[in-house]
Amino acid sequence: MFQIRIHGRGGQGVVTAAEMLSIAAFREGRHAQAFPSFGSERTGAPVVAFCRLDDKEIRLREPVLAPDALIIQDPTLLHQVDVFGGLARDGYVLINTSRSFEALGVGEIARGLRAERVCTVPATEFALKHVGRPVPNAALLGGFAAVSGRISLDSVAAAIREKFNGKVAEGNVAAASAAYDYVKNEMREAQHAQAD
Amino acid sequence: MSFQPVKFYQTGTFTVGNRLLAENERSVQANMQRTNSLNSGHRACQGCGEALGARYAIDAAMQATNRQLIAANATGCLEVFSTPYPETSWQVPWIHSLFGNTASVATGIAAAMRVKGRSDVRVVAQGGDGGTTDIGFGCLSGMFERNDDVLYICYDNGAYMNTGVQRSSATPPAARTATTMAVGAEPGNVFGQGKDMPALAMAHGIPYVATATVAELRDLEAKVRRAMSFRGARYIHIFVPCPLGWGHAAQDTIRIARLAKETGVFPVFEAENGEVVSVSKIRRKLPVEEYLRPQKRFAHLFGKPPSTEVIRRIQELADRNIRRYGLLDAQGATP
Amino acid sequence: MLKQIEGSQAVAEAIALCRPEVICAYPISPQTHIVEGLGERVKSGALTGCEFINVESEFAAMSVAIGASAAGARAYTATASQGLLYMAEAVFNASGLGLPIVMTVANRAIGAPINIWNDHSDAMSQRDCGWIQLFAETNQEALDLHIQAFRLGEELSLPVMVCMDGFILTHAYERVDVPTQEQVDAWLPPYEPRQVLDPAEPVSIGAMVGPEAFMEVRYLAHAKQMRALELIPGWAGEFREAFGRDSGGLLHSYRTEDAQTIVVAIGSVLGTIKDTVDELRREGVKIGVLGITCFRPWPLAAVRAALENAKRVVVVEKSLAVGLGGIVSSNVRTSFTGSPDAVHAVIAGLGGRAITRAALARVFAAAQAGTLEPVTFLDLDRALVERTLAREREQRRSGPIAENILRDLGVVAARPH
Repeated sequence: MFQIRIHGRGGQGVVTAAEMLSIAAFREGRHAQAFPSFGSERTGAPVVAFCRLDDKEIRLREPVLAPDALIIQDPTLLHQVDVFGGLARDGYVLINTSRSFEALGVGEIARGLRAERVCTVPATEFALKHVGRPVPNAALLGGFAAVSGRISLDSVAAAIREKFNGKVAEGNVAAASAAYDYVKNEMREAQHAQAD
Repeated sequence: MSFQPVKFYQTGTFTVGNRLLAENERSVQANMQRTNSLNSGHRACQGCGEALGARYAIDAAMQATNRQLIAANATGCLEVFSTPYPETSWQVPWIHSLFGNTASVATGIAAAMRVKGRSDVRVVAQGGDGGTTDIGFGCLSGMFERNDDVLYICYDNGAYMNTGVQRSSATPPAARTATTMAVGAEPGNVFGQGKDMPALAMAHGIPYVATATVAELRDLEAKVRRAMSFRGARYIHIFVPCPLGWGHAAQDTIRIARLAKETGVFPVFEAENGEVVSVSKIRRKLPVEEYLRPQKRFAHLFGKPPSTEVIRRIQELADRNIRRYGLLDAQGATP
Repeated sequence: MLKQIEGSQAVAEAIALCRPEVICAYPISPQTHIVEGLGERVKSGALTGCEFINVESEFAAMSVAIGASAAGARAYTATASQGLLYMAEAVFNASGLGLPIVMTVANRAIGAPINIWNDHSDAMSQRDCGWIQLFAETNQEALDLHIQAFRLGEELSLPVMVCMDGFILTHAYERVDVPTQEQVDAWLPPYEPRQVLDPAEPVSIGAMVGPEAFMEVRYLAHAKQMRALELIPGWAGEFREAFGRDSGGLLHSYRTEDAQTIVVAIGSVLGTIKDTVDELRREGVKIGVLGITCFRPWPLAAVRAALENAKRVVVVEKSLAVGLGGIVSSNVRTSFTGSPDAVHAVIAGLGGRAITRAALARVFAAAQAGTLEPVTFLDLDRALVERTLAREREQRRSGPIAENILRDLGVVAARPH
């Protein structure tokens, strides 16, 4: 089983991100479970959503306490909520930001994880550019596909098209592709840096 | 055998045998083919205004709908005296669910008829004042608001009679009930409370609202018939004296109802889409005392000394009704 | 057809396939997505032959369903928590009148204190009202149970409550297999009422029944539910043949054949329990799981048989009989032929508190070691409880308990001094 935890704030599409991720996995013939943690719904309040992927039926219903991957849609949460709680040592981390881990104050945490599995991506910028709205969730899924390799970009695109219509869907798909390429590039650079 | 010819002098009025009128002018009750929807054998008190009103109203509804009628009934006197286990006096399909949900049950029945392509089957909901203005008000307002195709009939005897005459929001000021006893500084029900249910119905803007009394039964039948000519939410509020609860003689039921109208205590009118369209004028205005005196529930107003101030305030309310609804023509002065 | 959709939408699809005729709905979390889905289908014309009515309260919702069902229409509504309580009078009325209404209860805690998250207090509050109560373990089962419910209810002239955990199931996206209209039509014939309001054949429904006959009427209600116990297993078999999967039935056992400890539970928590039990089995512990699907009528004989060889029973339940302990465990105890002390109540997940494998493993270990109390509150924060009790001992005006606890937890801002 592969477990993903997505952190963000109300209004950023955190729950939709988890749902789209589950749809993408479904399209690849896998079992997937997506559900929100059930805090009060309020724009701006911290929100967590979970997604589990597996090749057999998923029976577990507890929150994701030991995530294999973290997607952080809003870096302002980094020092407000324990986003990294339970993260596996070889886990994946994807943060929506244009700053570095160091600048965000989580450099130490990043260094304790595998370099090519820890990435940042300016997902909000991609969203603004391709969709015209600062909702980074779809773009982040493209980045997740890249960093984890657990889901294909095509499946992400199909999931986006299932959730959204017309121009919004295509814009989100474009943002996801851009994020995918960006993260792939970042991973390459990280590996080169390691090799050096 | 020789026959004594009987000369009828009042053939122009409705008082002498409907047989002298054209078919279409006869009352439903005078018709041999009336349905007796509320059949004899029920256990209502002697002189019960509600039984009288219900009999006329439902038979009229049956005639107007070609006998395609389903009735929902609230808990209360009518329900209890009409279905004493193991009998029922209803000859229409009839359901009693709860006290406060009659309007909703009727909505459900109407929806079922519509979905089954039986829009010819009409629905009537009926309840007393308690089940309508108090506990049933939420459901009633919802039915009105959705404009569901239901005729709701309220039989208003101004208190929770079946449980022993307790005060409802339809109880008039100064009336004695078991929970507004005629004791203390302000005996009986207090002033400044109460719901004007017909006005509330009109405020919902529903297609048809009417008030009626059991003193003018032809008028009642006509209003039920008129109501059935509309689709959507309709409301008829019928003034029904209760000899037991009001403390008047059983034979005075109709007389008391007439007094309520002639004093202005109970305005009789019709409204469509929230606006009054016709008014039944007072023929000869009478002071409210004439209406209050025969009822023991107002007996405390006529002690030594009489509660002239309270009676004056009641008169004020009646006069306000007269003004508001235009119940008096120039001719309708006190004799 | 396989779909990856939200639990609520799976239920909406199931209801739509059952050809409902009257749907009445009042919004309350967490059932709203179900009726929204149905409302949209009716309005767009995707679902025909159905009236969708927006009512003004849950009391009205059940009452509209009563009128519709009595007039011969297949009626459906959904609610949760406070809404179920608000319609309680009508809930009893529906079963008393024998009207086969189907209702989804998206299980949610009952206040005060107000809480929108999952537990079973709502369904349990109505457990003796005469409705059949079925609990879904997964969204697939939730979908399937609704299809079974219409047929069960209409066959017996009894209303059926299909319970699914609020948020945990209703708001979870998972894979479901949605049957075709042909499959459902073959399974579920049109509603043929035993009693109906019909101008062609007038009847009076809802008369008062006095002491002379009330006992008999109530006995018949009980007898009808007992009959359901006979019908349900057979129909689960028929369902398996028609739709190709196991759904429904009275209960199901998991790894209980040689189990010394059997864990009993209802609803979605069974999934987490099964994962926990698998881990313990890998360590050699002889432990199994009994999932109850039909809670009312209570499958006494079936539960007795399932628990026959267990030394101890641990009932993990999301319900609390205040002043007594467990509700499900009390029911289980009636079926257990061993010592009543061997049945332990573990009150868990109240108000949506997460039930984790780790916490369950601790409790099951205690059961094995013989140190489990008769009634345990899983993951209870004793320190928090003690602080509140201490505060009450110190001062009369100790303030509202809930607010004080939240303040202690740091959720609410501290009172300025």
